[in-house]
Formats: sequence, C-alpha cells, structure tokens
Amino acid sequence: MSLELIATLLGGLTIGSALMVVISKHPVRSVLYLVLTFFLISSNYILMNAQFIAIVNIIVYAGAIMVLFLFVLMLLNLNTENEPKSTLLVKVSAVIAGGLLFTVLIAALREGVVMAQPGIIDANDQGLVENLGRLLFTKYVLPFEVSSVLFIAAMVGAVLMAKREKQTVD
Amino acid sequence: METSEWIEKFVLIVILFLVTLGIAAYLTYFERKVAAWFQDRIGPDRAGPFGILQPLADGGKLFFKEDFIPFAAEKWLFILGPGIAMFTALMTGAVIPWSTDLVLFGQEIALQVADVNIGILFIMGFLSIGVYGIMIGGWASNNKYSLFSAIRASSQMISYELAMGIVVITIVMMSGSLSLRDITNAQHGMNWNVFYQPVAFIVFFVCALAETNRAPFDLPECESELIGGYHTEYGSMKMGFYLFAEYVSLFTSSVVIAVLFFGGYNFPGMDYFEGNTLALLGLGALFLKTFFFVFVFMWIRWTLPRFRFDQLMHLGWKSLIPISLINMLITGIVTAFNEGWF
Amino acid sequence: MTMQSLSNRKKVVSKKEMTFMERIYLPAIFGGMWITFKHLFRKNNTLKYPEETREFAPVYRGQHVLKRDEEGRENCTACGLCAVACPAEAITMVAGERERGEENLYREEKYAEVYEINMLRCIFCGLCEEACPKEAIFLTDRIVPSNFERDGFVYGKDKLVESMDDRIDITKRQHTGKRGVI
Repeated sequence: MSLELIATLLGGLTIGSALMVVISKHPVRSVLYLVLTFFLISSNYILMNAQFIAIVNIIVYAGAIMVLFLFVLMLLNLNTENEPKSTLLVKVSAVIAGGLLFTVLIAALREGVVMAQPGIIDANDQGLVENLGRLLFTKYVLPFEVSSVLFIAAMVGAVLMAKREKQTVD
Repeated sequence: METSEWIEKFVLIVILFLVTLGIAAYLTYFERKVAAWFQDRIGPDRAGPFGILQPLADGGKLFFKEDFIPFAAEKWLFILGPGIAMFTALMTGAVIPWSTDLVLFGQEIALQVADVNIGILFIMGFLSIGVYGIMIGGWASNNKYSLFSAIRASSQMISYELAMGIVVITIVMMSGSLSLRDITNAQHGMNWNVFYQPVAFIVFFVCALAETNRAPFDLPECESELIGGYHTEYGSMKMGFYLFAEYVSLFTSSVVIAVLFFGGYNFPGMDYFEGNTLALLGLGALFLKTFFFVFVFMWIRWTLPRFRFDQLMHLGWKSLIPISLINMLITGIVTAFNEGWF
Repeated sequence: MTMQSLSNRKKVVSKKEMTFMERIYLPAIFGGMWITFKHLFRKNNTLKYPEETREFAPVYRGQHVLKRDEEGRENCTACGLCAVACPAEAITMVAGERERGEENLYREEKYAEVYEINMLRCIFCGLCEEACPKEAIFLTDRIVPSNFERDGFVYGKDKLVESMDDRIDITKRQHTGKRGVI
C-alpha cells in the first residue's frame, strides 16, 4: 500500500467520523465519535511524521478534554423526551449561520492552501521534538507566551466561579 | 522496511503479547497467593501442584459463563468497554525497551517493538485513554452504580495524570529525551533516577496506584458503596477482560516504574558482560525489578484501607501536584546550574 | 447534666489537627506495611478441610444416632418422649410391636417401625437426648451433609440406626450429660 492510499483512506475516515459527530442523535455517542476523530487526526499527524503533535493531541484532547466532556454529559441525563424542542426559526437561523461559516471557510481556503503532497514532509524524524521546542521558544515565543496568558485567565475565571459558589452556600 | 524486519517485529509483537497475557494471568494467581500469605492463609492450592493451574480454571470458568447483556444497556458500547480497557492496557508494552540488542541468526534484534522518540508520551497517552474503557462500560451498563464508578474513574484519572505528567517531565529533564531507550541508557549501571529523584519516585508511584485503580485508590470498584462499580452489570469473559486489563496495566505500570526510576535493564556490574549474555541478564534484571514492584503493589493493596473520595481528590490536587511542581522547579534550577547557565 | 460513664471506658472523640508527620501519611503507611510483612513469616492458620478436620469439642451436637446395645438390639422403644421434647417438631415415629423371633433385633417389646428426623427443622439442641429414658438417641460429632433435595434431609432409620460393624462412639456425650447411670 502506498502512503498516498493510506492518507486518502485516513482522511476519508476522519471526515466520516467527524460527520457522525454532527449526525449522531445521542450526545454521548457524538462525544465518542469526536474521540475517534481525534485519534484519526492523530494518525494523520503520524503519517506526516509529527509524532509529538500526534501524541499530544491524544493526551490533551482525547485523554483529558473529551473525558471531561463525557463526564458532564453522563451527569446531565439527556433523553429524547426532555430534549428542548427547536422551533423553525432556530432551525432556519442555524442553517444560515452554518452556511455562512462554510462559505467563508471555502473562500479563505480556496486560494490560500496549496494542495500539499500527503505523506512525507520531513524524513528527519529524530529531531522532531527538539525542532518543535526550539521553534516554540525562538520564532513563535510571543504566540506561545500569549496563549499561556490566555490559559491563566481561564484558570483565574474557573477559580473565581468556584469561590462564588462557595459564598452563596455559606 | 525490509521483509526480515517485518518478520522480526511481528515475532516480537506476538511474543510480547503472549508474555504480557501470560504474566497477567499468573498475576491473578500471584495476587491471591500474596493476599493469603499476608493473611496467614495458604491461598489457591487445589488446581494442580500449588494451585498453579488456577488461572486456567478461572479463565475456563469465565469463558463458559453466560454472556449476558442487560436489556437497558447500550449494546455496542457495552461490548466496546472491556475491549478498550484491554486494548489500551496491552498497547503500552510496545515502547518499552526490554533489554539491549540481541544477536540471533546473525542479526541484531532490538528488544523493543517501536523505539519512537516520544516513548514516554505514548505511555502517558495510552494511560489517559485507558479510562474510556471504564467510562464507556460504566455508562453503557445503564446502572447508577456503574455510572458513579465511571465518573469517579474519570475524575481520578484526570487528577492524578497531572502530577504524573509533571513527574515525567522531571525525568525527561534528567535524561534530555522522551525516548524510553535514551532514558534507560542515561541510567547506565547503578546511575538510577531514583537516587536523584526520590520525591518524584514516590509521587509517581502513588499516581501509578491511582491510575491502575488499585487499592488504596480503587474507588471506581468500591464494593461497599458501588456494588462492583463499573463491572456490576458485566459477566462472563467481558468481566474477565476488565479484571485482566487491570492486571495487564499493573504489570506495565511496574515495568514503567522500573524503566523510569530503577534503570530498566541496567544492573550494577553490567560492563563486564556483552552481547547476548548482557541482553539476557538485562532482561532478567528488568523482570526482577518489575516483579518486585508488582509485589509492592500487592503488598500495599493488602495493607491499606481505601481512601474516601474527597481525601483522594485532596491528595491529588493539594499535595501531589504542588510537590511535583516544586520538585520540577528544583530539578530545572539544578539542571540549568549544571549546564552552566548561571 | 452530663451523662456519667458507667463502664469507665468512655472515649472522647478527638478532632485535633494532624501534625506534619501524620499528614504526610508515609510513616503510618510504612508502619502498616511492616506489620503485614511480618505476617509473611507467620504460620498458616489454614486447615485443609476435607483432608484435615478440626477436632470437635466434647459438647458438640451433630447428626443423631439411634444406638443398639451390646447384642445389636435397637434401644429405642418408641415412647415418643424425644418427639415431645423436641422444640422444633423435627421428630416423628410410628411404634410397632415386636414379633416372636425378633428378640435379637429389638431390646424392648415395643419398637419404632418408622423413626424420622427432619434435619432441616432440627436445631441440634440435644433435648431429645436429654429426654430419652432408654439411652437410645444421641447427638454425635458427625456433620449432616448437604443435599440437593428437601426430602433428602428427612433421615429415616436407614441413616439413623448405627450398624454393628461401624458403631458410633458416644462415650463423650455420656459423660457430659447429667445422667450418670446407664
């Protein structure tokens, strides 16, 4: 099997499972399909020789964030009976909003992306983690640090919410 | 890859698979024996001499039990749960360097299925998705006890993964690589990480106990409150898979502890040997260390009572994470000092 | 008014803050592990049951036996005192008259044609043995085996009367009871 065939197969599977996230009726199933999608995305990364990103994607998204999602959904006890009924207006506006987003994405990607050759990007896999680390702390140090500030803001917000909860209980 | 390489890897994977499963089967026997010794009993001794056929008897019994799926369960997810648990438990063995290269039929064979340069992250990743087996099984059972157990398992896993990850970062700082082969080679002879990072070792060990859902952190299957936790509704070999997966991950966790902190296949005086002798002795050394930790895991299980859930969370978030962070900071400063940054 | 402790064993629950050494748990954990480790070298308490059995106390009350005398004649005369004494209503019997030529089988002129004890009802109190004026029924140190059927627990004379080839030793019971003479 050639790499190209594997890449096409994986890409198709990824899109298929991403579609299932949207199509699935049950939220828990949606989340599980999302986990599967993350795995498929990770395998695409591996195909592009980006093992570090692949495994970090699994640890962070599949291993932590999706577990939290699932955690919350399991507690919510969502059934078809107590599902909020969406009116026609909501449905129409959702279709319009989604369509707009889709149009913008296509417009942005149509010329911006050169169709890359799937498969090998860099044969030198030994230095991948080192290369990434070096890039993060030299060329991309500003975005990297800014994103850490974002995380601190999120954490402070979480702490604040937890604190307020406690005061009302008292 | 060449054909011979394919065959070599395939044989290695099959051997690893069989050995891991065999060891896991005998760990169930060993656990019962150890429990018996700690409680002044004899333990299983009826099936075969000293009861060594007990795992076969247990396995056979589980196979011939009725394979039951509850009416209200989500059928496919219910079947998927134990499968995921088993799969993730078995996957971690792939990146472990079992010993130095072995020369067979004039070929060098690396006793490691895949020397990926992110080995330790691979293990962390599969540990973190191991919880899906419990979560899916617990939720799909459609039983409130199973659900409670699934929720406990997930929150416990996420909490202890943080401290574990930070500790792993300190080890990576010591050796400068994420590859388990490099981490092992950096501990040549008696130059083991545990002598430099005793605090990290204790934190990692506690986290490993929590990640494998073993006592005193076996709250997901807490019998007294949750009947059987996530395997309340399971029977037959699906139940067997859950129990088996626990022992497989017990084994792999012990191997990982041995590799990260106790030098893996390194042993004092290894410079006097070379070639196949060294490889086999190294393999023996790794297994010796592994089984010592398996024994310690069991020793702890039959000594300590179970934590309360809030205590578990307090320990994870308020003790282990700060300790591991401080430990990481100190390691970083010392490493920077040694590299001549100041 | 505070309650007074009658037994002087009252313990006040202390909720004092744990010290640092207590809070890190490790000394206590290692202490506990040392205790379990010592048990590795203790003698096993296990008794390998079907092969080995534990010796019963002399007062143990197990499965009943209907005794014969030295010449092999059944002691029981079907007086029914045991059935009357039985608090669990476990004993029933049908009396019969001894025919000519049966003197070597039954000691008295009247004997029990049918004698049944329902082992599921029996509470093994030993009152039948106390009540028996003929030294005919005794509780022994044998255990009533399990059975799949309820009917299997109704023991007739086939299971209760001892055979002369395999006499059941009841001397222990004879000394513990209050009866002194045979």
